[in-house]
Amino acid sequence: MTATAFRAPPVHHVGVLGWLRANLFSSIANSALTILIVALLMWSVPPLLNWAFVSAVWSGTTRAACTDAAGACWPYIWQRMGQIVYGFYDFDERWRPDIVFAAGAFGLAWLMIPRLPRKGWVGIAMLTLYPFVSFLLLAGGEFGLAVVSTERWGGLLLTLVVAAIGIVASLPLGVILALGRRSHLPVVRILSVTFIEVWRGVPMITVLFIASSMLPLFLPEGMQIDKLFRALIAIALFNAAYMAEVVRAGLQSLPRGQLEGASALGLGYWRAMALIVLPQALKIVLPGIVNNMISMFKDTSLVSIIGFFDLLGVIQSGSTDLDWSSPNTAVTGYLFAAAIYWAFCFSMSRYSAKLENDLAAGDRR
Amino acid sequence: MVQQRARHAWWRDTKWQAVFYQALVLLALAAVFVWLGHNAVEALARRHVASGFAFLEKTAGFGISQTLIAYTEESSYGQAMWVGLVNTLLVSAVSIVLSTLIGFIVGIGRLSSNWLVAKLCTVYVETLRNIPLLLQVVFWYFGVLQTLPGPRDSLHLGEWIVLNNRGVYVPEVIFQPGSWFVVAALVVALTLSYGLNRWAHSVQLRTGHRPPVWWAIPLLVVGLPTIALYATQVPFALSWPQLAGFSYEGGLQINPELAGLTMALSIYTAAYIAEIVRAGLLSVARGQREAAEALGLKRGLSLRLVLVPQAMRVIIPPLASEYLSLTKNSSLAIAIGYPDLVAVFAGTVLNQTGQAIEILTLTMAIYLTLSLITSALMNLYNRAHALEGFA
Repeated sequence: MTATAFRAPPVHHVGVLGWLRANLFSSIANSALTILIVALLMWSVPPLLNWAFVSAVWSGTTRAACTDAAGACWPYIWQRMGQIVYGFYDFDERWRPDIVFAAGAFGLAWLMIPRLPRKGWVGIAMLTLYPFVSFLLLAGGEFGLAVVSTERWGGLLLTLVVAAIGIVASLPLGVILALGRRSHLPVVRILSVTFIEVWRGVPMITVLFIASSMLPLFLPEGMQIDKLFRALIAIALFNAAYMAEVVRAGLQSLPRGQLEGASALGLGYWRAMALIVLPQALKIVLPGIVNNMISMFKDTSLVSIIGFFDLLGVIQSGSTDLDWSSPNTAVTGYLFAAAIYWAFCFSMSRYSAKLENDLAAGDRR
Repeated sequence: MVQQRARHAWWRDTKWQAVFYQALVLLALAAVFVWLGHNAVEALARRHVASGFAFLEKTAGFGISQTLIAYTEESSYGQAMWVGLVNTLLVSAVSIVLSTLIGFIVGIGRLSSNWLVAKLCTVYVETLRNIPLLLQVVFWYFGVLQTLPGPRDSLHLGEWIVLNNRGVYVPEVIFQPGSWFVVAALVVALTLSYGLNRWAHSVQLRTGHRPPVWWAIPLLVVGLPTIALYATQVPFALSWPQLAGFSYEGGLQINPELAGLTMALSIYTAAYIAEIVRAGLLSVARGQREAAEALGLKRGLSLRLVLVPQAMRVIIPPLASEYLSLTKNSSLAIAIGYPDLVAVFAGTVLNQTGQAIEILTLTMAIYLTLSLITSALMNLYNRAHALEGFA
């Protein structure tokens, strides 16, 4: 047999050159676009890096360090780190939020690392025991712990508390509302639809206003609910409406045969839902649920409008602080807060993508 | 065999159970509402706060920094509400146009064959989507627009646009008497060209040949208004922003609040619209693109004639709900003092009158009405454009 000699592909079709040709300079228009973008990046990125790193102030303890600088004012961030993380939480008691942070991170890590066992128990503990113990620790008043009123909670701590409560409370409420919307009982259905559509039709800030200035009017004389709890209730109800729509999409995408099969096995409504329908429906909409959680996390920043000092609130109040007034203080603060929010949201969205991929393993052929 | 009705006690009958449970739910709900109402009546009496909507007629007594409809401090609270609503609609409309523009560019860019373009668009989406909108609003307003130099050291973008910490100034076209004639000429020209195009298209569909009308359209659109301009001796004037003392006069001033909110809303929402557009384009079957290529259509043409029209069916519904959430998000105006519905009505008016129940109910009702109108329009669109069998 005569072997055909293989010739190597032309040099401009392989390697770096080939890649450049295929991806950046495939046509005249593409080449022009590439050059334009490179020019744009050359024009914008170096000044930004210069501002953030080279011309930035890195050391110092007062605003004097930053007044004449042409770059970011990082000492302001280092000096304010305590406030950014804990708000006005009493200095000597900050070990309590630290424990809550550490336990939360440990529990989440356990749930997210696939190899670790007993996820069910850890999950149940995180949903029941953890919030309870965390609240006791943070609020104090029992076991000889000093009381720290919720007005002093702030910074990243408050942001995480609001986000966690919103996420944990809105999921079960959302499931109930979604089931209610698909119920055969007209009264239940109409009530669920009204609740969902009203909450989804109004801006979240109006809901927070209701919690802060309208809710107290509806309570009997002498009964008062902490301002933070009022806001948390409002956020949970608001997010439950959005969660309900996500869950409903999952319920609708499930074939009818599943519910009929459950009925044929003699399962009643609640058992059919809990054992057959919901586990499948929730799996289908898991990416949607995580997307919702990301929105909720971002929306926690709205509590700064009704007077809480969450992460954004602390940064906002710091940016107008005369002790640190310099041309770059405000922008440095905003960018630092943006980086924190971004890190949380982006990792959630990556985790959701991974989860989606893992859960789809059974459907791949 | 004789069919026998299953006999069981009536309380085990699902029909009765349903009635019973629903009555129970209604009763519980009614009890809660009665309790809340009772508390509210007592609380209002204790605080000596008036109730009812009579306050809408009272004099507001505060100024609003941006009023598109007639409003003075002597106007009523009700008029203040309308001013706020118009401001909400203004910032939403402008942001919707801008975010759609940016969103489509970025969404199509993410699918570009140019690696740099695709990556840049991905970075845009992944960065801006994951930062709270409120943070972006305060960043653009307090971090950027408020740190601009004062009027005397204004930044100039060319000869046309002036930037300083009082806002953005652009030249304004002033309509003088007779200008309606030119506008009418333009409208007539556009209508005629549209009709001409339709006619040419139908002839092309019938015969395969397009009547050579391509030269008529520019002639109409440029010619008619030019004639009108001549006839009326140019009834327009440009008003330029000019430094007068410590501030700028003339031209159109865009408040920094409006500018900042518009920037933040459009840039943030564009990231979501880009994802919607990308998903829509990816939803078009691969064969469609291949067929378009096989027919010899270039990439731009195949996008315009084959891919985008099919993708629109998938894009429009989520796009509408994105517009709606943009409108709701415009309520973040309150953080930077842009006088939108929430800031004026649920902010200032509420603080002055203390009538939280009436004001918040009315505010929510207005937003709900906007939502309902949008979903009604959406349903109409879906019914008209749904694929057969999916209607």
